[in-house]
Amino acid sequence: MRRVELEWIVGRYNYLIFIALALIGFYAMIAKKNLIKKIIGMNIFQTAIFLFYISMADIEGRKAPILVPGVEEYVNPLPHVLILTAIVVCVSTTAVALSLIVKIYQKFGSIEEDEIMEMMK
Amino acid sequence: MSEKMVESVVARTISRIIIPFIQLYGIYVITHGESSPGGGFQGGVILGTSIILFGIVFSLNTTKKWISKKILILFMSLGLLIYSGIGAIDMLFGGKYLEYGKLPLPLHSPEMSALSILMVEIGIGLCVMSTITLLFIFLAGEKSGTRMDSWEI
Amino acid sequence: MNIIQNLPILVVIVPLIASFCMPIIGLFRRRYCFYLTLITNFLILIFAMLLLNYVINQGEIHYYLGNWEPPYGIEYVIDHLSAFMIILISFIAFIMTIYSKEDVENELPTNAPLFYTLFMLLTASLLGIVSTGDLFNLYVFLEIASLSAYTLVAVGKKKDALIGSFNYLIMGTLGACFILIGIGFLYLVTGSLNMADIALRLPSLYSSHVVHAAAIFFVVGLSIKIALFPLHVWLPDAHAHAPSTISVFLSGLVLKVGAYAMIRVLFDIFTVEFFVNTLPIAEVLSWMAAIAIIAGSINAIAQKDIKRMLAYSSVSQMGYIALGIGLANTPGIMGSLLHILNHAFMKGCLFSAAGAIIHKYKIRNVHQFKGLGKKMPYTMAAFSIAAISMVGAPPFGAFFSKLFLALGAIESGKWIFALIILISSLLNAAYFFSILERAYFTKLHDEEIEEAPISMVLPTFILAMGCIAFGVFMFILEPFLRDIATSLL
Repeated sequence: MRRVELEWIVGRYNYLIFIALALIGFYAMIAKKNLIKKIIGMNIFQTAIFLFYISMADIEGRKAPILVPGVEEYVNPLPHVLILTAIVVCVSTTAVALSLIVKIYQKFGSIEEDEIMEMMK
Repeated sequence: MSEKMVESVVARTISRIIIPFIQLYGIYVITHGESSPGGGFQGGVILGTSIILFGIVFSLNTTKKWISKKILILFMSLGLLIYSGIGAIDMLFGGKYLEYGKLPLPLHSPEMSALSILMVEIGIGLCVMSTITLLFIFLAGEKSGTRMDSWEI
Repeated sequence: MNIIQNLPILVVIVPLIASFCMPIIGLFRRRYCFYLTLITNFLILIFAMLLLNYVINQGEIHYYLGNWEPPYGIEYVIDHLSAFMIILISFIAFIMTIYSKEDVENELPTNAPLFYTLFMLLTASLLGIVSTGDLFNLYVFLEIASLSAYTLVAVGKKKDALIGSFNYLIMGTLGACFILIGIGFLYLVTGSLNMADIALRLPSLYSSHVVHAAAIFFVVGLSIKIALFPLHVWLPDAHAHAPSTISVFLSGLVLKVGAYAMIRVLFDIFTVEFFVNTLPIAEVLSWMAAIAIIAGSINAIAQKDIKRMLAYSSVSQMGYIALGIGLANTPGIMGSLLHILNHAFMKGCLFSAAGAIIHKYKIRNVHQFKGLGKKMPYTMAAFSIAAISMVGAPPFGAFFSKLFLALGAIESGKWIFALIILISSLLNAAYFFSILERAYFTKLHDEEIEEAPISMVLPTFILAMGCIAFGVFMFILEPFLRDIATSLL
């Protein structure tokens, strides 16, 4: 087994933070009982994926992908464009989820999942 | 948030001054999407935020007198139709979908693309502004009778 | 404008523009929304038939959006499999539009423009998923379809529809996020998002751990979308409490499009030797599918609510399709594709008939179906045809799909799957024939005929005729499906 050197961690900390955030978000989505906490977990999970895409685009020593006269080398702009679309999708999903929670609270009177399951039986 | 003006004098005065500047900034972000961070979605959210600020500080009824729900729904569909319409018009003139070079205007191809992308971004900004504002109006109007599951205009 | 050459994008853009126009029309005249939906769906059906005709006679269509060459631009590819799915989606969308008139007036009288907006968005995004040749475009259309589906499920009458829709939202978003991570991994190693381009660059990278991880993320994410056995928990609530039109769409089309995405990703991007030899994905898929077939049927027998029973039956039938993908030989894939077609029609007919019964008599409990054979003769006739077809009796359609799946199981040497198909046919017979017995052989006092409205009975009957037709006309379908299967392998 390879020795985990400091160089290995410092060189890849973006991806390690992506894994940590994704697991935190995933745990919150499935294990928490409050519906709002599930939506927060969903947002954390999707933010972790955006972090992964953007850190995939980075090339060492190049500038941000905005056209400035005098700069010739830019970072890969394609993942940035993909993330713009993915952020819109994430915002729409959160909007639908929050509207559903407002309606659930009106009809059921609580937003804890186990209480709602009791009422559904 | 329903009938009375709830906020203090400071909030009302500051928002009266600041809301036009927020809207100007939103239009700036929409139109400068190609040379600085921004674009249709981001600028549309900023424009929508200005209307939401108005709705929070002054009452929701005053907001509905300023911009009615009919206009917002009209803008929402209009913005999306601008985007798809530009793509479809390109098909009518012999190009593929969203091939901006074939529009019947006497400009060369990169400038034609830039102009079309600007129009498309304005369409997107219009749609996003209306959507964010409509979300706020429907969700905030629950207590005072704007029921979320009725289509009352 | 050359219509034939532009068809791949027209089939997506026309329902999309119709959906954008719907709120404006809803502001002025509410009744015209239904007519716009009807005309648009009819137009798409004509486009789909033109497309199928062109693809059979002259081969694939490649369409570059904005005239940018791939791999820089987005490419739309229509080959035989895509044309097959397009005509399935457009036909069922058209039939269900006729069905939805009474249903929408009954379930949400004031909100018809919103319903039709989401309905056209759902149709447009399903057509977009099957037409596209670009991975990220697939993800975006998949998310549009899922968002429309979540909202349409929440429109149902009972308040259980809301929590069913919320659970569907959480699990569906999890699946889509996994697919997005998989796309990210594939982009990381190949540098391209075009499906054909990735398929060219991938074979030299089969030993890389990133490609293994990408394949696993894709399979798990798509399994959530098609409700394969351990990940099916969102399906019963969502399909049972949705309005009847949407139940048909969900069970009949949204699940199938997920299966189409799995076939594309597993057979076109990761070729067969990867997911059979390098990673044992095919083994795991076929065993999970076998468990899904048995567990779905057993759960369905225990249900009392008719729509919940049909939802569990969907879990079992999606197991058949996944079994065909997992077997990965020609009869297996032919069985999967034929079952996609048959199950859309059979389950569509069953859900439509159940919806007609609920609309007319407000009964959902299976034990209250006594004497319905005399009271609603046409609806129960269609229900019986679809039920017998689901069990797998010979002249009807599903017999041939189960036959091909069993042949595929025997050809790859795994006899136990053929045995499981047989056992599950018996289990299907158990719960369907109990309904038929109560409907036809139990006498009630008053037996005059009180049918559901004609706009609900006619689509049900057309779908039932489709079930018979696909069995009888197998000799036309079989060479077409064999072409698709051999081109995928």
